Amino acid sequence: MIDLIGKIFIILGIGFDFFGVLGLVRLPDVYNRLQAATKCVTFGSAGILFGVFLMHGFTNLGFKVLLGIAFIFLTSPVAAHAISRAAHRSDISLTEKTVVDHYQDDKELKEE
Amino acid sequence: MKWIRWLIGLIIIAAFLIWDVFFLELAFEIKLINIILFCALFVLFRVIVGPSPADRIVAVDILGILIVGMLALLSSYYEKSYLMDVGLIWALMSFIASLAFAKILEGRFLDD
Amino acid sequence: MTKENKGRVIVFILSLFVYLGLTSFTDLQEIITGVIVAIIVSLLVGKFLLSTESKGNAFKRFFYGIAYFFKFLWEMAKANLHVAYLVIHPQVPIKPGIVKIKTNLKDDTALTVLANSITLTPGTLTVDINPAEQELYIHWIDVISTDKEECSREIAGRFEKLLMEVFE
Repeated sequence: MIDLIGKIFIILGIGFDFFGVLGLVRLPDVYNRLQAATKCVTFGSAGILFGVFLMHGFTNLGFKVLLGIAFIFLTSPVAAHAISRAAHRSDISLTEKTVVDHYQDDKELKEE
Repeated sequence: MKWIRWLIGLIIIAAFLIWDVFFLELAFEIKLINIILFCALFVLFRVIVGPSPADRIVAVDILGILIVGMLALLSSYYEKSYLMDVGLIWALMSFIASLAFAKILEGRFLDD
Repeated sequence: MTKENKGRVIVFILSLFVYLGLTSFTDLQEIITGVIVAIIVSLLVGKFLLSTESKGNAFKRFFYGIAYFFKFLWEMAKANLHVAYLVIHPQVPIKPGIVKIKTNLKDDTALTVLANSITLTPGTLTVDINPAEQELYIHWIDVISTDKEECSREIAGRFEKLLMEVFE
């Protein structure tokens, strides 16, 4: 029974991974791609790891997999934040559909 | 034009999924690893095409997280827990790599 | 107990637990090695762990932390379904923009947790943070309004109450 639940978690995780990667290809600029990719791929990989943990229980492998979930959840938002800030500071433009950009306005104010 | 592209993509993805799930005689985990490798192809597309450097950094970051999920599945299939060690180290190293790339993209260097 | 010693004890327990989990919980040799390594690590880096004195009722804060974790998981599942909808839709109906929000949290850890949670929940991504004036710049994939107050309520209001209870 617990094996089946683990397999369902793994399949859901793969599905979310796939949507995240599709977003990486289809969305129009760096920031949108970063949004889709970070959210979906983090959640999807964590789902895969949790499914493997359910299939194996508290063995050596299960403990390593839990540690992996902690790593992914702690590191991926920080990396996304660093990349988006660096992209904005090195003047990579937003897409044409963009409605508003308060960050740019504040940066111009500071420079003046 | 958009609809035609969308349909072609849908057909390619559906054909791959049907071929992978129903026509290959492999274990459950290996089939799922095939799907993850298919996702990695999309990521490689973004690495090669990506118009700005930030796009490439995002893609490499995402590839790291995908590979952690893949290694978890692989170690679950072979029941060897040392493959997950590789995954843990990979997660940490790809995090540090994206931070370093982001810092260089911002125009600062390591002693800054 | 001073806060440095407290940090050392926490680092000792955590590193011993992780070491034994990675090797084995029953082997005597591994346990002895683990204790020695954990003592060295905790003496070296223990003083950096805690930056503020603890305050408030620890049990209540723990309870709110658990509640926050489940709320966060729920919001994250919603985020993924939202992104999946956007990606599958043939015309990609997005309306992105970068807005500025204001938060009432002061603690550094609380701000970090809030920024990370915003990154992992529906349609929002923290771009930069200004701790002096407690402002966050958020990239929003589907901008509803550009007013500062309304954005703050819409984006940060979901987590702010629980985080207030946990960290302040």
